[in-house]
Amino acid sequence: MNSRVFSIPGGVHPPENKRQSLQRPIEFAGIPEQLVIPLSMHIGVPAKPLVTIGDRVLKGQRIATCNGLVSAPLHAPTSGQVTAIEDRPIAHSSGLTAPCIVIDTDGSDTWCERIPMSDWASREPSDIIERIRQAGIAGMGGAGFPSAVKLATDKPIDTLVLNGVECEPYITADQIVMTERADQIMAGIAILQYLLKPQQVLLGIEDNKPEAIAALRAVAPTDVKIVVVPTKYPSGGEKQLIQLLTGREVPSGGLPADVGVICLNIATTIAIHRAIELGEPLISRITTLTGEAFAKPGNVEVLLGTPVTHLLAHGECHDNLVSRLIMGGPMMGFTLADRHVPIVKTSNCILAPTRAELPPPPPAQACIRCGICAEACPASLLPQQLYWFSRAGEHDKLQQHHLFDCIECGACSYSCPSNIPLVQYYRAAKAEIRQAEADARKAEHAKQRFEARQARLQRLEEEKAAQRAARAEAAKKRAEETAVVTAQAATSDPIQAAIERAKAKREGQTSIEANSSVDQVAKLEKRLTAAKIKLASAESAGSDKVPQLQEAVDKLSQQLAEAKANPDAAKAAAMADPVQAAIARAQAKRAGTAEPSNPTDEIAKLEKRLATAKEKLAMAVDSAPDKLAAFQAGVDKLEEKLAAAKAEAGVS
Amino acid sequence: MMDFIVTNPLLSALFALVGLSLIFGAILGFASERFKTEGDPITDQICDLLPQTQCGQCGYPGCRPYAEAIASGERINRCPPGGEATIHALANLLDVEPLPLDEEVGQEKPKSYAYIREDECIGCTKCIQACPVDAILGSAKHMHTVITSECTGCDLCVEPCPVDCIDMIEVPVTVNNWHWQNPAKMKDVIATDRGQL
Repeated sequence: MNSRVFSIPGGVHPPENKRQSLQRPIEFAGIPEQLVIPLSMHIGVPAKPLVTIGDRVLKGQRIATCNGLVSAPLHAPTSGQVTAIEDRPIAHSSGLTAPCIVIDTDGSDTWCERIPMSDWASREPSDIIERIRQAGIAGMGGAGFPSAVKLATDKPIDTLVLNGVECEPYITADQIVMTERADQIMAGIAILQYLLKPQQVLLGIEDNKPEAIAALRAVAPTDVKIVVVPTKYPSGGEKQLIQLLTGREVPSGGLPADVGVICLNIATTIAIHRAIELGEPLISRITTLTGEAFAKPGNVEVLLGTPVTHLLAHGECHDNLVSRLIMGGPMMGFTLADRHVPIVKTSNCILAPTRAELPPPPPAQACIRCGICAEACPASLLPQQLYWFSRAGEHDKLQQHHLFDCIECGACSYSCPSNIPLVQYYRAAKAEIRQAEADARKAEHAKQRFEARQARLQRLEEEKAAQRAARAEAAKKRAEETAVVTAQAATSDPIQAAIERAKAKREGQTSIEANSSVDQVAKLEKRLTAAKIKLASAESAGSDKVPQLQEAVDKLSQQLAEAKANPDAAKAAAMADPVQAAIARAQAKRAGTAEPSNPTDEIAKLEKRLATAKEKLAMAVDSAPDKLAAFQAGVDKLEEKLAAAKAEAGVS
Repeated sequence: MMDFIVTNPLLSALFALVGLSLIFGAILGFASERFKTEGDPITDQICDLLPQTQCGQCGYPGCRPYAEAIASGERINRCPPGGEATIHALANLLDVEPLPLDEEVGQEKPKSYAYIREDECIGCTKCIQACPVDAILGSAKHMHTVITSECTGCDLCVEPCPVDCIDMIEVPVTVNNWHWQNPAKMKDVIATDRGQL
């Protein structure tokens, strides 16, 4: 009946300490006064609450729903009232708070309506998977991966592996379930066989659990092989168990489905059986209470959300003896910062050791490069190298050395003679690398957004510049058009043009006339010749204009003779300048008046002017006092002149 | 041909060398055109290491200009958002000594994001214009808000706000982003030194 068992590298043999908690059968831990249900009890997206504060809920009622594909819903573990939806401390290595639904229990433990799927053997596999999903089942071995997602794989599966190894010291939750509830495990396996139709079903169990092996073998159908594996830590790791039972190695970064295997914890198969055949969602689990501080160690069936303090009271834990409270086992568990944190789907053990039982780790010493860690590593890694690279922060080299294949089992830390907390270095390094990758993704995203923004701003700037250029062009064009119009208007003004022409002509004339009298003579000769020709032609034609023409010719001949005799006079005569003529007239007049003067007339004229001047002076005294002196001077002058004229007249 | 080589060994050797140099020159010339590298690869590599907050604290208008400046000789310790990790990465890439962060440009601060107190926002859009990654949403005379997931925490929007309604809030540590730290620095001692601890 035993199938072949392969081997895995590495592994350690820590003291098992399993007997303490196997002394009594599974007990029900009771209903605490208050349950705290974290929205994230599984790997993936936290669930979305469906209830509000004050709502009454029944046992098994859905209180939060899936929020994405890799998510799981939550159900009320007992009947009661929702009193808060708030951040509470949760079972996490960080000791931080997270959103939780708080239910005050009413003690009546009233179920909501349960709808079993008793005809699952005739249902579509997708219906069954959906029921598993709605029941909120997540891997109960420790990781808490939603089972429905695992089962819905589209890869061909030939082997179903069930994990009953439970290799971690102290924990006996799976062992006692296999001993007491073997029939339920087999019922769950039957559903999984229908779902996945695997060629073989292998249930792995360590050889330190003879009662469980016997119980399982008693009820196992022929197609479910119970494979007993040697006790070694960490045979219960998913990848290690698959390698032990099938000899197949899950590729680095891959999933068991990549090698045709699906691996489920035996507690998960019970949850699947209950969800399908009883219609009960996952609202409770078996948790081991162990450690020397517990007066009554054992395994309890505990409602999800039960505070650890309630379990400590149930197991009669002596608070003064507890050195530290650990959730999980001594190898992979974590110390609880707060005793009020709730039990979740993955809480398989509460370990309350005394100081003597599990002393605080001694101070780490220098690595002596003994290489024992490399022998202990079940993943065939080089823990020592990883340690140095982690300390130096060399992420590239850590990844080259397959840091992410480390299952954080703690075998290296356990075996280290220098007590170096190796796993903590690896966890920190993994987190740093993930953080760096997330930062790089965010930086790339920010860069893209920044570049998109720069491109947009540049485009807008260019568009603006183009618009400005277009406007400037249009303005320039308009300006040119108006300039042309005004220029045309200016040139088309006839008066102005006439003035210009006249100016130019006069300038030309005066310059010519001023040039010399020789020109004048030549001009007259020319005119005379032309006139003579005209006269000759008129005479020959017998015209009546002959006398006039003859007269013109005579006149021109006379002018020419005058011009030749006296060039200056000719010039003067030729000058049509009225100014010159006026001057000449004035000079001639003066000469005329100077000669024949009549003294009496002169005196009368002067007297008249004097009278007018005196009149003006009198007027000016009243109206224009500033001009008085000028008028007075004028009057004096005229009086002088009159006196002179009278004297002259008297003399003549 | 052979006769020529035998009779004029010096000349034929000269011809051979000139011929070879021409052939190799042609090959090199072709290769330099055919396999030409676009842009400056070292600038791209430097730019990839910078945190892309585009905050300008280094004195350059964005991460890429600073990357270009580093490529042409600027010091590598002028990026406060990147902090020591970025300086080490740059030192590693450029094979230079890592320097401590230049105090003049600022100090390494925990990651944060901008938050607009929406009641006090007057809708002036000044912060929107300042944001280098378009992470602020809003329009004139309407309330603005920061898209937290897009915010790089550069705090360039804080200064322009006329009513001072923008706070820089440190990204809180939650269960999702908490991670293990390396164990406290231990003394490298061996068993026989234990008494001296």
